[in-house]
Amino acid sequence: MTYKTRSELRVILSHLLRDPLGLAGLAIVAVVAFGALTADWITPYDPIALNIMDRLQGPSAAHWIGTDQLGRDTMSRVIMGGRVALEVALPTIGGALLIGLVLGMIAGFGPRWLDNLIVLLLDTVRSFPTVMFALAVVALVGPSLQTVIVVIMVTSIPTYGRVVRTQTLALKSNEFILAERSMGASTPRILAVHMLPNVMGPLAVLASMDIPTVIALEAGLSFLGMGVKPPTPSWGAILNDGYTLVRNTPWLVIAGGIPLIVTTLEFTFLGESLRDVVDPKLRKQR
Amino acid sequence: MSTREALLEIRDLSVDYATAQGALRALREVSFTVPKERIVGIVGESGCGKSTLIAAIIRLLAPNAAIRSGTILFQGEDLLGNTEKRMRELRGTAISMVFQDPMQAHNPVLTVGRQMVDIQYRTGISGAAKRRRAAAMLAEVGIPDPERHLDQYPHEFSGGMRQRIAIAMALMARPGLLIADEPTTALDATLEVQIIHKLKALQTEYDCSILFISHNLGVIAKLCDEVVVMYAGEVVERGSVRSVFHQSIHPYTRSLLDCDPGRIKERTGKLPTIPGEIPNLVSVPPGCIFVERCPDRIACCQCERPGWHEAGDGHGGACHLLEGP
Repeated sequence: MTYKTRSELRVILSHLLRDPLGLAGLAIVAVVAFGALTADWITPYDPIALNIMDRLQGPSAAHWIGTDQLGRDTMSRVIMGGRVALEVALPTIGGALLIGLVLGMIAGFGPRWLDNLIVLLLDTVRSFPTVMFALAVVALVGPSLQTVIVVIMVTSIPTYGRVVRTQTLALKSNEFILAERSMGASTPRILAVHMLPNVMGPLAVLASMDIPTVIALEAGLSFLGMGVKPPTPSWGAILNDGYTLVRNTPWLVIAGGIPLIVTTLEFTFLGESLRDVVDPKLRKQR
Repeated sequence: MSTREALLEIRDLSVDYATAQGALRALREVSFTVPKERIVGIVGESGCGKSTLIAAIIRLLAPNAAIRSGTILFQGEDLLGNTEKRMRELRGTAISMVFQDPMQAHNPVLTVGRQMVDIQYRTGISGAAKRRRAAAMLAEVGIPDPERHLDQYPHEFSGGMRQRIAIAMALMARPGLLIADEPTTALDATLEVQIIHKLKALQTEYDCSILFISHNLGVIAKLCDEVVVMYAGEVVERGSVRSVFHQSIHPYTRSLLDCDPGRIKERTGKLPTIPGEIPNLVSVPPGCIFVERCPDRIACCQCERPGWHEAGDGHGGACHLLEGP
C-alpha cells in the first residue's frame, strides 16, 4: 500500500468543492474571472463605441440588456466592467496583503519599539475614512484607475497588518514555537515555515471577504465620479449613468447592480467557506 | 558516579529575572553534572527554578532574564560563551528537548510528517529519505502504521501519541543530551508509565543522557540514576537515586518524601504537606533558604547560609546539620 502526500492546496480545494457555499462561490468567481480575461473577445459590441441612434433601448435580440443614453451596449459594458472590478480588486488586495503581512510579522515578532512604531503608523492610516481620503487624493492628482488602486491599497494595509500582528503575537508565546527554537530553528525559519502557514489561513479568509468591499468601493468612487475615467465601463460608472434615468429605463441600474451584488455575495460565500477549510481542525471528516 | 565522564557540567549558575519589584533571583549558585549515558532527575516544587535552569542550558531564557554568573559546560564547550549561531547548531542536534504539554508542542496547521521532515533540514539528505527516516522514528517510539500517521495533523492524535511524536522528533538527530521538561505531567498515569518505559529503552538504545525534570518522585525513582533536589532556586541535595531516597541528608528532601502519598502507611483523610511557602526571591533571606519551613532548624540556620557537604560517593547536601560537631 502506498500513501501519497497530499498537497495542502489540493486538500483545501477538494474541501471547498464539497461545500455547496464554497462551490457556488468558486463557480461565480470563475465566471467573473473568465469574463474578465476574455472580455476582448466575448463582448458582442465595443463597450465604448457610441451609437446615438440606438440610445436607451430596452432588452432586445441585438442588445440583450439594452443600451445606455449614448447607445453603448450594456451587456458589453457589464462584461468589461467585471475586468475593471478585478483589475482594481486583485492588485489592491494583493499589495495590501503582502505589505500588511510583512509589517504585521515584523511588529509581532520584532522588538517592542518597532511594534509601537508600526502600530502607530497603521492606526494613523486607519484613522482616515477611506472615501474622504480618496476624495482628497483624487482632488490632488485627478481620477484614474491607478489612483483608485493606490488609495484603496493604502487604506486596506492596516486591516491586514493588525490581523497578522495579533496572530503573530498570539503564536509567539505558543509552546510549539519554543519547541522549534529548541530544535535549532532560526527566526527567519520560524517565521517562514511555522508562523506563515498559521497566519495565511485567516489572512486568505480576510482577503476573499475584502475583495467585495474593494469592488464596491471602486464602484462607489466611480459612481461619485472619482474613480475610473468616463469611457471606461466600471460597474459603478454604469450605475452612475443609469440612476438619473431610473424611472424610464431601469435596466441600466439593474444591469450595473446585479453583477455587483452577485460578485460581492459570492466572494463573501467563498470567504466563509474558506474559513472552515483552512483550519485543519474545523475540516469535516472525510 | 564520579567515575563517569561528565556530558553536561553546570557550575555556580545564577540567573536573575528583572521584575517591577527588583531582581528576582531565580537560580543561585546551582551546580551539578550530568554524566554520559545517564539519566539525571531534577525534582522540586513549582517555582523552584527547574524550568529556568533548562532554559539557561539551551540558552532560550525569557528576555527579562540575565545570567549573573556561572558556567555551563557541554562536552567541554562553554554554552554561555557561545554565539547564537553556534547554539542553534547545537539545539536539536546535540541537545534537544521534550516539553511538558504535548497538546501545545506541535504546529497545529502542519502535518506531523511535514514537521518531522522540516527539522531534518540540516542533514542534507533527499526529501524521500527524510520522510523514510521520520517514519522510522515514529515506528521507533511505538506508533503503528507510521507512513499513514505522517499525513495527519497533530490534533488527530491523542496526548500520549503526541508526546511520543515529540520524543521521536527530539531523538531524530541522535542528540547527546535529551532534556525532558515534565514530559508526563500532562498525561494520565498509565500513559506516564508507558512513556517512562519508552524513554528508558530509547536512552539505552541511543546511548544518550537524559536530564529529566519532574515533581513526581515516583517517576524519578523509577527512571533516573541520579537525582538533584532543588528548593527555591538552590540545589539542596544531590546524589544517586538510591542514596538520596533512602538516606536523605537534607530536611527538605525528607519532607518531600514524606509527602509522597505512596509512602503513607496509615489511613488518613488528609495528605501531608510541608507547612509554609517558598520565600520571596526578590529579597532572599540571608540564612538557609529552607529555614522557615524546616522541622530540624538550629540556631545558625537563620543567619548563615549553609555550605556544601559531601556525604560520600557523590552524595551531598547544603545543610548546617551536616557540619558535624
